[in-house]
Amino acid sequence: MSLIEFERVSKTFKQGAGAKLLLGHVQDRLRRTERNLFYALRNVSFRVEKGESLAVIGRNGAGKSTLLGLVAGLSDPNEGRVTVNGRVAALLELGSGFHWDLTGVENLWLNAALLGLTRKRTEEIFDSIVEFSGISDFIFQPLRTYSTGMVMRLAFAIAVHVDPDILIIDEVLAVGDAAFYTKCLDKIMEFRHAGKTLLFVSHSGAMLTTLCDRALWLDQGQVMADGLIADVAPLYEGHAATPVGA
Amino acid sequence: MKNRAWGGDYFFLLSNLMQKDFKIRYRNMSLGVFWSLLNPLVTMGVLTFVVTQIFKSPQPNYPVRILCGLVPFNFFSFAWGVGTNSIVDGSAFVKRVAIPREIIPIASVFSNCLHMFIQIGLLLFMTLVFGNPVNLNWFWLPLIWGLFIVFVCGLTLITSALNVFVRDVRYLVESFNAVLFWLVPIFYGFEIVPERYRPIYDFNPVSAMVFALRRILVEGGTPSFSTIRNLAFVSFSALIVGFIVFRQLRRKFYDYL
Repeated sequence: MSLIEFERVSKTFKQGAGAKLLLGHVQDRLRRTERNLFYALRNVSFRVEKGESLAVIGRNGAGKSTLLGLVAGLSDPNEGRVTVNGRVAALLELGSGFHWDLTGVENLWLNAALLGLTRKRTEEIFDSIVEFSGISDFIFQPLRTYSTGMVMRLAFAIAVHVDPDILIIDEVLAVGDAAFYTKCLDKIMEFRHAGKTLLFVSHSGAMLTTLCDRALWLDQGQVMADGLIADVAPLYEGHAATPVGA
Repeated sequence: MKNRAWGGDYFFLLSNLMQKDFKIRYRNMSLGVFWSLLNPLVTMGVLTFVVTQIFKSPQPNYPVRILCGLVPFNFFSFAWGVGTNSIVDGSAFVKRVAIPREIIPIASVFSNCLHMFIQIGLLLFMTLVFGNPVNLNWFWLPLIWGLFIVFVCGLTLITSALNVFVRDVRYLVESFNAVLFWLVPIFYGFEIVPERYRPIYDFNPVSAMVFALRRILVEGGTPSFSTIRNLAFVSFSALIVGFIVFRQLRRKFYDYL
């Protein structure tokens, strides 16, 4: 059984849709304009087996984040089927669930709960998270006193301790200093060796070639190539060198 | 879509979300919990002055009667108002983690319960101060408050989901609350409501709470069966409709936030 399976998945957004005031909805009804459907993903199929490590590559707006949102169970596809068999931890925009007036400890508990940990498990790994983050006594201070790097350290430390079946990493490693970066890479390698499934998202990076064995290249919501990263990455880089629309 | 991807601890998350709301609200106030008491006390004082001194209709226990109206009304208007905006405010959670969405409005209502318990404490204290003794009917209090919270949860599920799509739902809720202040017998009694309007009051859970509280605390009697029955009926209907509406709408939250 595949851990992740996408069968002819399409995800559309209505252009000009989104929240609006009542008047806006009324106007839309009266005008009866056919809104253009925008395909964020179009007929995407792939599978990820346990222990695989997949890089999702593509330009900005290629549909990478939409794809991750579907894997993480945040939204439903408009067509096709998404099956995910396992617990997902998504490092999407790390720390977005943090609150600035709460202390590091309070944010740690809240985030652990949001990511699906139990109280007992959080108690067990608490010290380990604080140590990994390396922010020592600042953990008792409100988050607004933290530097950006420190916030990211804390967020990453919590997320890697969740111990999911599938770990999604969305270009977050570009934070922190060199020492912390190395620490993160070590932790990710540890995941790989433990047979976990990884999903990386990036628009570039030599880092991907060392961390992933497979790549899925998306462009304008469609799969351009799916295969060994050594084969797909050069294709993508050749394509990325040409201007959009060429 | 099922929340298999999340698979976390529902109650642990609920308690953490409630603590977050509560801490954020009180952390930056030097007087903290005192503010929960000040607002009803000031309103009680002003209304008592206006009714007994300006309109010159002295009534026994008037301050307690007013508090019996204010405490449920305050909880209702505040919890419903804040809860309606909870999904939009919590969009950071909705867009990043696959937590069960209904936990957000419910945690919002529950965190206002802490605030409400402080005010109930004040209400019971004032009841005793004005010489109304503790009586066996006080055992009804947990039941009616429980039903009332169920009602607010149901209503909040509906409006918080609608507010994602139509952002002026929260303004409608605010306006409705302003009107409700006059339509609930806060500073007047049920006796003066004309017969033909009484059914409306009967099926309004906020009014039902006020009647039941006055009956128990001021008159020392058992709340009428029909009041409790209607409260239970409306509360559970609201909760069921709330869940149905919420479940229908939540799949689109991600696209609209």
